[in-house]
Amino acid sequence: MNTSPEAAAPTRGAREARQADVAAALAEVLPRRAILYRHEDTAPYECDALTAYRTSPLLVVLPATEPEVAAALKVCHRMGVPVIARGAGTGLSGGATPHHWGVVLSLAKFNRILRIDPGARTAVVQCGVRNAAISEAAAPFGLYYAPDPSSQIACTIGGNVAENSGGVHCLKYGLTLHNVLRVRGFMADGEAVEFGSLALDVPGLDLLSIVVGSEGMLAITTEVTVKLVPKPQSARCIMASFDDIESAGAAVASVIAGGIIPAGLELMDKAMTAAVEAFVHADYDLEAAAILLCESDGSAEEVEEEILRMEEVLKAAGASRLEVSRDEAQRLRFWSGRKNAFPASGSISPDYMCMDSTIPRKRLAEMLRAIQQMEERYGLRCVNVFHAGDGNLHPLILFDAEEPDEMRRCELFGADILETSVRLGGTVTGEHGVGVEKLNSMCVQFAPAERAQFLAVKHAFDPLESLNPGKVIPTLHRCAEYGKMHVHRGMLPFPNLPRF
Amino acid sequence: MDPRDPVLARLIDQVDRARAQRQHLDIRGGGTKTFYGGLPAGEPLEIKALEGISSYEPTELVVTARAGTQLTELEAVLYAHGQCLPFEPPRFSAGGTVGGMTAAGLSGPARASAGSVRDHVLGVTLLNGRGEVLTFGGQVAKNVAGYDVSRLLVGSLGILGVICEVSLKVLPMNRATATLCFDWNESRALEQVNLWASQPLPIHASAWHDGRLHVRLSGAIAAVDAACGKLGGTPITADAATAWWLSLRDQTQDFFALGSSDLARGECLWRLSLPSTAPPVELPGRQIIEWNGAQRWWRTGAEPRLVRAAASRAGGHATLIRGADKSGGVFTPLPGALLRIHHGLKQAFDPACIFNPGRLYAEL
Repeated sequence: MNTSPEAAAPTRGAREARQADVAAALAEVLPRRAILYRHEDTAPYECDALTAYRTSPLLVVLPATEPEVAAALKVCHRMGVPVIARGAGTGLSGGATPHHWGVVLSLAKFNRILRIDPGARTAVVQCGVRNAAISEAAAPFGLYYAPDPSSQIACTIGGNVAENSGGVHCLKYGLTLHNVLRVRGFMADGEAVEFGSLALDVPGLDLLSIVVGSEGMLAITTEVTVKLVPKPQSARCIMASFDDIESAGAAVASVIAGGIIPAGLELMDKAMTAAVEAFVHADYDLEAAAILLCESDGSAEEVEEEILRMEEVLKAAGASRLEVSRDEAQRLRFWSGRKNAFPASGSISPDYMCMDSTIPRKRLAEMLRAIQQMEERYGLRCVNVFHAGDGNLHPLILFDAEEPDEMRRCELFGADILETSVRLGGTVTGEHGVGVEKLNSMCVQFAPAERAQFLAVKHAFDPLESLNPGKVIPTLHRCAEYGKMHVHRGMLPFPNLPRF
Repeated sequence: MDPRDPVLARLIDQVDRARAQRQHLDIRGGGTKTFYGGLPAGEPLEIKALEGISSYEPTELVVTARAGTQLTELEAVLYAHGQCLPFEPPRFSAGGTVGGMTAAGLSGPARASAGSVRDHVLGVTLLNGRGEVLTFGGQVAKNVAGYDVSRLLVGSLGILGVICEVSLKVLPMNRATATLCFDWNESRALEQVNLWASQPLPIHASAWHDGRLHVRLSGAIAAVDAACGKLGGTPITADAATAWWLSLRDQTQDFFALGSSDLARGECLWRLSLPSTAPPVELPGRQIIEWNGAQRWWRTGAEPRLVRAAASRAGGHATLIRGADKSGGVFTPLPGALLRIHHGLKQAFDPACIFNPGRLYAEL
């Protein structure tokens, strides 16, 4: 477990005094019940879904209205208190990890769908509305919200905006950025602001582009206007088995080369397939080295035409077994395993760490072989799911936090995967964000001048660095330290020293 | 990109000198969009020599090209592999470049269905005002490492730095296409295109002008056939359709041509960007409505404040594209909070304020 270094005993008195001061100032602008300060109340906010990293926040506030958000921000700004925005806490990179001296701004109460405009194909929702709830509300109009991160039943649209979340269908339908028109919210000093508009573009710089995916570091989101798209009349999925990873990777390239953009194109390796089959019983081929799920959606005629072409391409690419979903129930069963990859991993290992890098598709087989070697090097197992269509890899490293040294080896394993991804021409995070988890890897992907430019962008929005400080952009010092550690890879100095 | 590349090194040198001498630079590609935005000012910084496709792998759906690469060259290479730039960037005349396309951020008829230039930019290498060569984003579609600076640069009109290289997501060309015409008035056309857009139909582009709506369908063969049957209307031949949509994309139709006498009379070309369902805009003059109602070109002699007010009432904004007098500004003025962020970003990328002064806003 990692905690802030400031948590050391000598500062406890100072922290309690600060907590009392900030709570008193906030109590002037917020209802008392909206301020949590007792340890038993703030404990649930100590981490997001990256549970390995925990920090006890100074306070947690739960405003219920935009004026309350503005007022809380003004108080924090005046007193120099860091503000960490939080949605459902499903983030996997620690973007909502609290700050020891900061306030967690929980936006859970912003959970109302304000408007669905079927004519304009838009929905105006508060930031705390769940991703899946938008599609449910739009369903009576034959519309839905396309981005579908695996956590969509729990994660909120505000969190999706912060992370620029993707999902299994983003190859065809795009990421959060491509499906959001407008973000309303507040600057660090509490000033109201709107990025984007109901039109397709805005005058001036496209600030929406940079706010989406900024991990709560540039502004606080309270309301989002999303695009809705017509629900395809029909969808069918092919499950294809391959005897080796190489031909599965080549099959992905052949589908794209054939001029086909599938609605989803996912790959699972043998170990992952075994884990999910035991979990969901979806009749996966347990003999295959890799399974591809390839989906077509659209009108019935369109799907029929596309499925035929997909089958041809996959057969030619050496698929050892092909099964096309006959009905909706079977299609959903094909997907059930993929969607449950994370909980299934939880069922075969006490702990797992989910990685999230993107590589050019053609390097897939090379990457998976490298991961196999890392399993031996770090003495840990790894199962793999892959958004093959857009090169986004999710290796799940299995470990047991109770076993001495496994967490440390898991972190090294993860860092190795990320650095290999950069070396293969990819990126350290495809959709989960940097948060605190990938700060070190940012040192590898970006040069000092690039990181300095990120910081300058941060200052253009938030000159005092009050919003989610310490996330995404590693300090020069940290990168220098990390560079030194690399000399002794596998033998990290002071393994118990808190690093986040 | 390697800063030691001789062409890039010369650009860095010019930027360093301009910064030292407090001189303004006018970043120039093919010079085909000098009419767009505020008047260019400063010593020309030519990026044309920074040319060539750096990498293209059709199965990765990504192309990386240096900023001076001609758009026509890039599109020809993609075409040879059955792929395209889905956002159909306008080519106002020969010689337009990839850098200019990115800096202007203008998209063509397919924008409402296929997305914008911004949506397809995956990475940019930038030369900033400190003379540093920085790369943001990359060559993969899913990438959330750091702030999305590459997309911020799309449409920035060069005020943040010199775009040196761009990676773009490309897509296979659609297998089938068909164009249908409907003789409808403006209200009827607006209503119908929005209704269609909320159904799973392969509508790729729409344009209404002078009582006639053109609708282009594009997608799988079966889908286009089925939609033709469902929509009705009068089909036009493939050749005529190709020519018509090209003339709209590249703005070679008479509607867009403003001669010196038109300009002298005070006639202007405006672009109104509105919510697609906004009701008809009341202005004197003529218009072309694209993007299912979200983009409305107006040729009008109305006073700028009236045009801006009309756009604002409709929930959007207006840009003066062509006109004799740009002294009142080209783009809709920004509210205070956004203007402060613009100033902050200018400071962050170009602290000595050397690049493209006044091209986006007079004060930037």
